Formats: sequence, structure tokens, C-alpha cells
Amino acid sequence: MQATRDFSHYVKHLGSGVAHIDLAVEGISCAGCISKIERGLSAIPDVTLARVNLTDRRVALEWKEGALDPARFIDCLVELGYKAYPFEAVTAEAAEAENSRFLLRCLGVAAFATMNVMMLSIPVWSGNVSDMLPEQRDFFHWISALIALPAAAYAGQPFFRSAFNALRSGNVNMDVPISIGVILALATSIVETIGHAEHAYFDAAIMLLTFLLIGRYLEQNMQRRTRAVAGNLAALKAETATKFVGPDEISVVPAAAVKAGDIVLLRPGERSAIDGTVIDGRSEIDQSLITGETSHAAVKPGSAVYAGSLNISGSLRMRVSAVSEGTLLADIQRLLDHAVQGRSRYVQLADRASRLYAPVVHATAFLTMIGWLIAGASVHDAIITAIAVLIITCPCALGLAIPTVQTVASGAMFRAGVLLNSGDAIERVAEIDRIIFDKTGTLTLPELDVVNSAAVPADVFELAGRLALASHHPVASALARAAGAKSPLPGITEQPGQGVRGVLKGEEVRLGSPTFCKADDLANEVLSRDPEVSVVAFARGEKRYVFAVCQSLRPDARAVIAALQKRGVAVEIVSGDREPAVRAAAEMLQIPEWRAGVTPADKIARIGELKRQGFKVMMVGDGLNDAPSLAAAHVSMSPISAAHLSQATADLVFLGNRLAPVIAAVDHSRKSLRLMRQNLYLAVGYNCLAVPIAILGFVTPLIAAAAMSGSSILVMLNALRARTLPQENL
Amino acid sequence: MEVIVFLVPLALLLGLFGLLGFLWSLKNGQYDDLEGAAWRAISDDDETQAPRRVELRSESRP
Repeated sequence: MQATRDFSHYVKHLGSGVAHIDLAVEGISCAGCISKIERGLSAIPDVTLARVNLTDRRVALEWKEGALDPARFIDCLVELGYKAYPFEAVTAEAAEAENSRFLLRCLGVAAFATMNVMMLSIPVWSGNVSDMLPEQRDFFHWISALIALPAAAYAGQPFFRSAFNALRSGNVNMDVPISIGVILALATSIVETIGHAEHAYFDAAIMLLTFLLIGRYLEQNMQRRTRAVAGNLAALKAETATKFVGPDEISVVPAAAVKAGDIVLLRPGERSAIDGTVIDGRSEIDQSLITGETSHAAVKPGSAVYAGSLNISGSLRMRVSAVSEGTLLADIQRLLDHAVQGRSRYVQLADRASRLYAPVVHATAFLTMIGWLIAGASVHDAIITAIAVLIITCPCALGLAIPTVQTVASGAMFRAGVLLNSGDAIERVAEIDRIIFDKTGTLTLPELDVVNSAAVPADVFELAGRLALASHHPVASALARAAGAKSPLPGITEQPGQGVRGVLKGEEVRLGSPTFCKADDLANEVLSRDPEVSVVAFARGEKRYVFAVCQSLRPDARAVIAALQKRGVAVEIVSGDREPAVRAAAEMLQIPEWRAGVTPADKIARIGELKRQGFKVMMVGDGLNDAPSLAAAHVSMSPISAAHLSQATADLVFLGNRLAPVIAAVDHSRKSLRLMRQNLYLAVGYNCLAVPIAILGFVTPLIAAAAMSGSSILVMLNALRARTLPQENL
Repeated sequence: MEVIVFLVPLALLLGLFGLLGFLWSLKNGQYDDLEGAAWRAISDDDETQAPRRVELRSESRP
């Protein structure tokens, strides 16, 4: 039964006979790839557009609707050496892209206005000490107003809206003092210009917006980038199901296009993308992604199979059940929702700073006005001086202090193999003093590995690997991968549930269960030495070999655990797996504290207990059973191989087979938090210098402009230091 | 000094052209893939897709 692939779910019809599809592509890295892919795809007749986006690692394709099947693009990319998957943009991502463009438009307008207002302001500043005529100065001020007012009205929208929303819900955020400062500065400037005064603050107001928009855009761009990577990951995980479209006809469709009541086929070695009930077939399934339990469960007609289960031995026909029927997943979802609410109470450093900042600034301005009135100044002069205080304290550098560090640090972490799902994760990682690791798939590699390859002759290993290519069984796939086998042997037949066999140079070769290969004695000997492994036997003529396969620890796990302990971070294992397996891993890694056979609810309870004791806990886990505890922890991290739900919940995602990114995340975050604090002090320090000058009434627009740009540049330069860390070899 | 009445608006007009150019390039999608644009600039062959796109657009959407 050959399955056809149906991608119609992803195709967008643009009208006038043109269709569009977005593909996420693995392995695009350089200019060569761009032109190779674009030329290769354009060579297909009827293709009207093939455009690579290197930032997002995606290809956009348009073609004339008709005979062309989108599956052909995927095949074409495979021929070129790239893995591609159809991609469906999430609504949140599209909204974020639109927001990012809007911020860039605002930034463009504000930057244009700043440059032109400055062009007019500098002659005024220098003219005030030389021989500028009052009429000329008024003329320049009016033109400045003409540029600055519409520009500020447009470019200030992100701040005005956010400030308005915060005030309406009874809060204060950083945008409130910004908006008040900008609006008052512009209003005073107009009044002063009408009164033919010497000073107007159009330049300061619009320059403030420009600097702040730079910070806002950087922050937005960082979020968009990680969102795009996360979106690709979801597509690359290729959640597809093999659906029966006729009695004997099957089609591979995206999981999103499968409805309750559909019949799907789950072959050995495939992971189920849906919840369902078995209606035909018997098999064993691996539910480790859902429960953390590594031993396999037997299923027969009537058994429930949850999304994320890996089918081990036989083909299954399943009827799709509605998602809400899956009691286990529904339980996990409920725990998750509850845990997420708990965490949203965390207040970001920037917001904490602004909550302190706004009242202090506004009180200072008010007291300045009162002070001058008492000292006998006119009402006009007192108000102007108070506004000058507001302008000079406008949190320009404060607005840049945190986003610039976040942007630089997220770039550095990206290079170390860590992706940030949320911007404030850096602050939270920096605070942790305890890490809880899940075992299966987190401390161990997500895939099975052959552990006794040294005990088997190399040529036998290679031959067994080539034989294993004929089987879909996960243990056989692990053997084939470990042996680096590429070319399958000809004429191999599969005995369902037992193994594969064939004939090589007149000798019979078999690979499969020990009984199938008549190697029970040898297998029992291997199992008695290490009961945690799975065995697969290989027979050639009269010779018998047994391979031991299990999930081995990540190569640098021990060094990373030791390095974490050296940094004063306590480490413990909380796993849903059986006790002997967890105990073995804990002993190997020298982790004194471990718990086995823990349910998702107990994991949360353990985190809650540690929280009450005052620990800041980071949870590192990959399974669906970890998702609620990932959300409950102070901060959380998942490997790239994790279940979709866990990955979406985790604050950070790490790539590759090594555990070193955990250390990188901790180190980079600690350094970044230090830099963020330094930046805040720098910004506040700058204000402390400028405020007395403002209170005394000596602030000219020139001083305001210099203070603002000086502190902003200082803060940005300091943020660049987040790029590097002292090297440490693990 | 009467010349500034003429020169200042002229300078602003030039700046405005720059702004319009920026907004046009933003709308045209030139900021969507900054990394790719950097690599395309040093790519040897100039078989770009952009002209084809324009040509087909005008034919399919009159």
C-alpha cells in the first residue's frame, strides 16, 4: 500500500489561478544554498515564484494552479539535499511580523523627523549666542513644529497606546512617563513658540521617540526571530497521520486535517500524532514521551493510544477520538493551565524599574514647580522648569537598558545552541539556584543507542546494520544508525513481530528477537548483566551475536552536572521512569537526590515544595508528562526533541546531543542580568547628574539633547559586552 | 538671508524623498530577510527572481 501525500491543507489560493505554499527547510545556511534552491525550484514548469528567506529558513513558492502537485517541491528539495516540510503560519506569528513592520515604519518616520529638526535646531542653538534675528528663530521653530508634531503623533503610537491601556487597567508602566514627557514637551514648545521664546523642545521630544523606538524594535525583532524558529520546529516535527481515504487507499495528511471518527494507520516506528482507539492489530507502544515510563505497553483492539506514543512492533488501525476524550492529555492540559496562571505573576525587571521610576520623576517635577513658586518665580517660569525636569528625566536610556542586553545575549545564546521562547527568560534563568532534570530524553539522549558495539566484530556490526535497514522497529533503526548503514541488503523479508531474514552468499542471516535467531542463552547473559537494555539478536549461519540497545546518557552530562554544582546550583532528578533506571543514572552522574515513578501532579508538588522553601527552580524536561511542571517552575528548558506541548511551554529550547547549552544558558543569563542592572544604574546615574541642572532651571534644549544621546549610547555600548563569556572546557 | 526661505523647504523635501524611499522599500519586503540579502549581495550569478515576479504579476493581475 503506497501512500499519497496530500498537502492541500497548506496551499493558499491567491486568485487568478495562482497557488501559494510556504515550506520550512532544514539546512539552508549560505548564498550557495539560496541560488541552488531557487534555481532548482524555478526549473519546474509552471512555477512562478521561488524565494528563499534565509532569516526564517523558509521558501515561498507560487505556481499556476493545475497539474502541479506540491509534493513535487518537497521531492525536488530532497534531490537538492534539503529536508522540507509544509509550513502553516500561526496567527500570532503573522501579527508579530505586522507589528515589527509597524515599529520599523514608526522608527523611519521618527528618525527622519529627528534629523530634520536637528538640522533646524543647531542653527538656533548657535544663533542664540551670536546674531540670529528673533524672526528667523521663530521661523525655524515653526518649521520644527510642522515636522515634529505629525511625526510624533504617528511614531508615538506604540507608546501612547500602551500607556493608555496600562492606565485604563489601573497600572503604571514605562510608557506612562514617556508619553507624559513627550506630550508635555511638545505642548510647552508650541506655547513657547507662540510667545516668541528662546527655547523650544521639539528636537528633544522627537529624538527621545527615535531612541526608544530603536529599543522597542530590537526587542520585537528578537521575539519574532525565536517565534519563527519555534514555528519551523513545529513544522519540521511533521505532525502527519496516514489516513484511509478508501478501503485500501491511504494518504498522508497533516494532523490538523484529521477529524474525529477518521480511520488512520499507524505503522511500526511511527509516532502517533492523534489520540485514538485501536480497532485492528496488536502491537507494543512506547509512551515514554507521555508518561516518562520506558518499558513498553501492549495494545490490542479497544486500547487507547495517545498522541506522542511510538508504535514498536505491529501495524495498527485506529479510530480518531476527539482530543477532549483523552483523559490523560486533558489532565495534563488542566495542570498546565493552572501552572501558567501562577507564573504570569512574575514582574519583569523593566516593569519593576518603571514602577519605582514614574512616581519619583513626577513627584520631583511637581516639587520643582512648587519650589519655584515659593521662591517667587512666575507661574509660567515654574511650569517651564518643571517640564524641563520631566524632559531631562524621560527614561530614554532606561528604555534601551534592557532590550539591548536581551538582544545581544539572545544572539550569543543562539550561537551556543539555546533558543529563547520568552524575552524575560534571561532574568529568570539568572536567578535560579536549583535545577530539576527529567531523565528520559533529557539527561539521556532521545534516541536509542547500541551500548556493546565494542564486543561485536566490526564487519558483523556493519552487516547487521545493513540488515536492520529493512525493519521499521525502533531498536533495529537504532542499530542501523549506530552502524552507519546506508545501503540495504537485497531480498530481505520481514516476519512481523519477530524480525527480518534473508540469504547472503548461501548463508541465512536473521535479525530480530532472540527466539527468532535462536540466541536466547546469549541474550539472557546480556540481560543479566544490565537489565535496563533492550536486546536484538543477529544470526549468520551458525554464529550468534546479541546487541544491547538503550538510551545512553548525553555525552557531556556528567561534566555539565559537575559544572552546575560548582556554580552553586543544586541538581536533582525527578523522573516518571522506574526506580532501577533512575538510580543507575543518578549514580553515574553523582546526583545525590533523585525520585522515580513520579506522576505529573507529583512533579508539580515537588516544585511547589521547593518554592515554599525559597528555591528558584529551573525544570529541564522533554515529555508531555513534564509540560505542567515546566510551566510551574520559575523557568524551564526543553531539548529540541521534546514533545510539541512541552517545547511550547518551555522558556528555552536547546539544540543538539550535548547538555552543555544548559551551562551556557545559566552563564549568559547571569552575565546579562548583571549588565541589565549596570545599565539601569548608568541610566539613573546620568539622570542624577542632569536633574539638579534641570531643577535649577538651566536646562537648554542643547543640554537635554546631549544628555539623552550620551546616556543612550553609553547604555548600548555596555550592552555589547553581553556577547562574550570566558571560555570553559567541559 | 532670504535664501533660507527657499533652501530650508528644499532640504526638507529631499529628506522627505528619503523617507518615502524607506517606506517604499519596507512595503516592498526588502527588510523581511536581512540575512539573506547580505548573502545575495556576494552571490556570483545574477539570476534574480524579482524581474520575473513583476512580469508575472502584471500578467496575472491586470
